[in-house]
Amino acid sequence: MAWTWPTAGFFIFLLLCIVSMGIWEKFSPGGGPRRGVFGIDTTRGDRLFISLLGSIFIFLAWLWVFSTPLWGALALSIVWTLFVFLRV
Amino acid sequence: MINKTIKQSAWFFVIPVILLVAFNALIPLMTVVNYAFQETFGDNVFFWEGLTWFEQVLNSDRFHDAFLRQIMFTSVILLIEVPLGVAIALCMPRKGPWVSVCLVLMALPLLIPWNVVGAMWNIFALPDIGLLGYSLNSMGIDYNFTQQPISAWATTILMDVWHWTSLVVLLAYAGLSAIPEAYYQAARIDGASKWAVFRWIQLPKMKRVLTIAILLRFMDSFMIYTELIVLTGGGPGNSTTLLSIDLVKLALGQFDLGPAAAMSLIYFFIVLLICWVFYTVMMKNEQQ
Repeated sequence: MAWTWPTAGFFIFLLLCIVSMGIWEKFSPGGGPRRGVFGIDTTRGDRLFISLLGSIFIFLAWLWVFSTPLWGALALSIVWTLFVFLRV
Repeated sequence: MINKTIKQSAWFFVIPVILLVAFNALIPLMTVVNYAFQETFGDNVFFWEGLTWFEQVLNSDRFHDAFLRQIMFTSVILLIEVPLGVAIALCMPRKGPWVSVCLVLMALPLLIPWNVVGAMWNIFALPDIGLLGYSLNSMGIDYNFTQQPISAWATTILMDVWHWTSLVVLLAYAGLSAIPEAYYQAARIDGASKWAVFRWIQLPKMKRVLTIAILLRFMDSFMIYTELIVLTGGGPGNSTTLLSIDLVKLALGQFDLGPAAAMSLIYFFIVLLICWVFYTVMMKNEQQ
């Protein structure tokens, strides 16, 4: 499969996200359902999915428009994730 | 009862499923991610390339063109197949011996293997010996799907409509059959017109199955490959080269595994995003 450290790191990050969600659920069960600014019902799992999917497109759009480095895309993704977890 | 629901040993029963999904989905996906960041010339030797392939795909006119063609194809077939499928379902009988006949006839195109559908339509549409092609040319219509992009597109869309409208018909018919007779009785008492019955009873009741039909048709048409590669092979030129055909040309034709892997991931994310947006919007309407 030709593993490299950056790709392995990416999958470890995803695994940690899922494990963290499990731990969060253990301490605060129910998934924190609510209706946010987009008017859709979301739980914590939905919010993680929306954050990750949105971040992918932020990175792709940045790469397309500005090319590398991707620090700007990373900053935008963090802002997007915070927005999703706090408001969506 | 409470003990039953929180018993953690149940998780052991999902291990086979997790293993199965890991082998047929997760590990292949991880492999694609790894290929997308590396270059290989075979012999299991890889060189780190970073984001080169993603940049190359995102800036390539070839990808943009294939993507636009894909969006156009999917939009056109959805605009035709969904209303047509609903219209046919409305015309089908709900009772009597003709129900089975209609259902079997509707199911027939779905039972034909995809490459056979492509081959059938290829022969059917050939301008010199095919029934469709020969008839059109005899009527004075200049039609040759092997040389004219417009003819190739028309044939492709016609083939997809022939093959897949049945799916929408069967789902819409299932939705219509599930409406209790009491709704129609109430509509008759109110003196509702046929249009009013459709707009305020049948369409809302079909909403859930139509959501599934549109999602299925969207995903299938966005990933169409087999019928198209047999019918047109992506031609003439590149006129019917949709995303999946372009991807196969890149991966297997040119053996550019890195760019092909990057393109696969971008393709996958686009499908995922559109399906999620679509499903969320439809479910939001459902709740309202």
